[in-house]
Amino acid sequence: METLINKLRNVAPKAALLMAVAAGAALQGCSRSESGDRGGATASALSSDAASAVYVAPGKHDELYSFLSGGFNGQVSVYGLPSGRLLKIIPVFSQHAENGYGYNEETKAMLQTSHGFVPWDDLHHPKLSRSNGTTDGRWLFVNGNNTPRVARVDLTTFETVEIMEIPNSAGNHCSPYPTNNNEYVIAGTRFSVPLDMKGGTSDVSLEDYEKEFRGSISFIKIDQEKGDMDLDFQILVPGFDYDLANGGKGPSEDWVFFTTYNSEKSGTLKEIGASQNDKDYLAAINWKLAAKYAKEGKAREMPANYYHNKMDKGTHTAKSTVKKKVRYLLPEDCPGMMYLLPAPKSPHGIDVDPSGEFMVVSGKLASAIPVFSFAKMQDAIKNKKFDGEKNGIPVLQYESVLKGEVKEPGLGPLHTEFDGKGNAYTSMFVSSEVVKWKLNDLKVMDRIPVYYSVGHLMIPGGDTKEPYGKYLVAMNKITKDRYLPTGPELAHSAQLIDISGDKMKLLLDFPTVAEPHYAQAIKADLVAPKSVKFHKLDENKHPQAAKKESEASVTRKGNVVHAKMTSIRSHFTPDNIEGVQVGDTVYFHVTNLEQDWDVPHGFAVMGANTSETLIMPGATQTLKWVPKKAGVYPMYCTDFCSALHQEMQGYVRVSPKGSNVPIKFSTGKKKQNIPGVASTK
Amino acid sequence: MKALHRVLMIFAALSLGLLFMFPMWKIYLKAPQYPEGLEMHIWVNKIAGSSEGILQNFNILNHYIGMAPIHADSFAELKFMPYVVIFFMITGVIVALIGKRNLAGAWAGLLMGAGAAGILDFYLWLVKFGTNLSPEAPIKVPGMTYIPPLLGHKTLLNFEALSLPALGSAGIMLAIVFSVLAFYLSYRASKKELVNKPVHTAA
Repeated sequence: METLINKLRNVAPKAALLMAVAAGAALQGCSRSESGDRGGATASALSSDAASAVYVAPGKHDELYSFLSGGFNGQVSVYGLPSGRLLKIIPVFSQHAENGYGYNEETKAMLQTSHGFVPWDDLHHPKLSRSNGTTDGRWLFVNGNNTPRVARVDLTTFETVEIMEIPNSAGNHCSPYPTNNNEYVIAGTRFSVPLDMKGGTSDVSLEDYEKEFRGSISFIKIDQEKGDMDLDFQILVPGFDYDLANGGKGPSEDWVFFTTYNSEKSGTLKEIGASQNDKDYLAAINWKLAAKYAKEGKAREMPANYYHNKMDKGTHTAKSTVKKKVRYLLPEDCPGMMYLLPAPKSPHGIDVDPSGEFMVVSGKLASAIPVFSFAKMQDAIKNKKFDGEKNGIPVLQYESVLKGEVKEPGLGPLHTEFDGKGNAYTSMFVSSEVVKWKLNDLKVMDRIPVYYSVGHLMIPGGDTKEPYGKYLVAMNKITKDRYLPTGPELAHSAQLIDISGDKMKLLLDFPTVAEPHYAQAIKADLVAPKSVKFHKLDENKHPQAAKKESEASVTRKGNVVHAKMTSIRSHFTPDNIEGVQVGDTVYFHVTNLEQDWDVPHGFAVMGANTSETLIMPGATQTLKWVPKKAGVYPMYCTDFCSALHQEMQGYVRVSPKGSNVPIKFSTGKKKQNIPGVASTK
Repeated sequence: MKALHRVLMIFAALSLGLLFMFPMWKIYLKAPQYPEGLEMHIWVNKIAGSSEGILQNFNILNHYIGMAPIHADSFAELKFMPYVVIFFMITGVIVALIGKRNLAGAWAGLLMGAGAAGILDFYLWLVKFGTNLSPEAPIKVPGMTYIPPLLGHKTLLNFEALSLPALGSAGIMLAIVFSVLAFYLSYRASKKELVNKPVHTAA
């Protein structure tokens, strides 16, 4: 009996694999056995030590931070590994009602673009900043795909501190790729568009794709100290789709590689039109040479119109600047800067191994995974082993740059990461598995099913010089029966896999927020010690901050009312406000006077057409409110701050327009034994 | 007093300098929601603690039980105590220079008196803060007072309070020990001299 069960358990994943390949959709119909099977169809036996491998005892901390992109939620979620515990959600391109990001007056400017206020984006790729080719735990760069933007998250506060729009781009997908010392963050366009060379796209017939459409690759310079971004120049490239990118390292340090598809330059029904050529290209760009060309005057300039939004540390307020120019390089003007390597059929991922010698290209429609050699590429360039050119860019001969192909790896290879021990791990979307293979002989070593249809996979530091080859996270596109059902819309699923031994072992399965496309992970001790506990009130430079209760005030200027308020356990100052009139624009500037760890106060007022705002200790945030009817409106603290949180409330009296009720504000009726409370009448 | 005794007296005077380098007393608070603990440090010239906002954090917690807010400004002691310490340091050095044993004894006696007065003053403050509670306090527990311990451990509602002298107080202790030692050794030395010397030369 025992052995029979074990056999079944061993067979189950294989059976599932077969089914997934044969008919992915059929899984939905898989019925449960009558005997009350409570797991999914592919629930498999775990090795007995899996639980202890991911068990982080209560009160203990995880070994690693991981940053999973949220895809269509425009956010980043932070998980502890190996526990899979959700630690935080960082809003980046989306308004976040939970803390007022993008709703309060201080952060609205972060979401400004040349298209106006865009409160959402499709966030695909997080990339940690780097020093000497390894992650340094300072910043996280992420891309906005839909309205092309690159953002920077500060890892001392886990807050978005900068967002820059990318001009001449559409579908900022192969983005943002940092070079080994944060010199540049590189962003390529996925959709080529007809550039009018004046900062927009031209009104041209869609039939003129081949003639008119171009792509662009942007080089964003990073301030080495502060991390501030600045768009240095762009390279205008042929009108393909630029899919993913990754930088070289070691010998290939000066280069960055981009996969392309639609070298057919098809403008419609791309699933057919862009799948005709047997080979598309891997574009190789020498970014150091490009920067040199740009510096030496090869760059031309064109008008542009794009937003650069930055959060000021002292005021906790974002400011937008509109940039009106962009410099660009043309590959045909810049010999030696760009080459094309033929790569089989609409390649997706491009990943460079830790040594910097091998470029792994995962052609999602190809039956083998080509591995290019950087040394051979250098040689082919030197000896001009060209196979013609495309738009003035030399195309290298496929065989002259190829190290070899991984044969029969699985179906639908997408992305590859490395463990630093000579192995590569490739995600297989169609055959729903992770395949481990050896870099030196390109032989498949092991495979493990994942649930279901993995997109990206991630090994901590697996895209850098120094991978931490202990864990692998598979981020899957299909969830179906993995968890208790929640109606038609399901959380995505991720699997944590132990890659420390010869055989991969499944450790943990956890739901993720929205759609993670890619992730990064870093040892906790590179980030945790620098985590800010609260903002120092002394350093608060917000122009409307009230740093003590005696500085609280309510003033009217025309029909704008500014209420400078303070919050401290467990009251607002003032908490009684009169003299507001219907139609006034009221700004509640609330300063959280607390100087202790984990004591945020929230603020909300009845009927405000916006979210609450959640104010961290020492910070000031502003909620805008336009009362529409006379009456009395309660306001209150929305974060359970203290034992008397429920008492932390107040009232605003709104009188009809033109009423003679004067502005009046107060807290408390007489002198009370409350720290700092003074009647502000 | 001999050279050794004078040196001891100098040490006594200098050890008081520890009061300017370390707190005299520390009050530790621990509660379920304060895993990192709260520490109030009482110095000879200021009140500080384990973090910059410590007084505010103590006051926030204390106001729920109606305790008066603690501000450094409300303690005149913090203003004159540093001068008292400097006075003792200077006079200690002078005593060492003069080298009169009885002066050293008096100095030690005065210092002990001042130390005792300081501890008494500290205790009276604790009683004052712990018992003088606002009648409007949100949290009122009948019969409950909140006098923190002068020395040792006490439970106050959800807080575990622990009160201990700190390195600054060691400065006072050392000053007392050194000066008493100077006095005693000098006394013994002179007695020995008295015994060893022939009687007729004593006149």
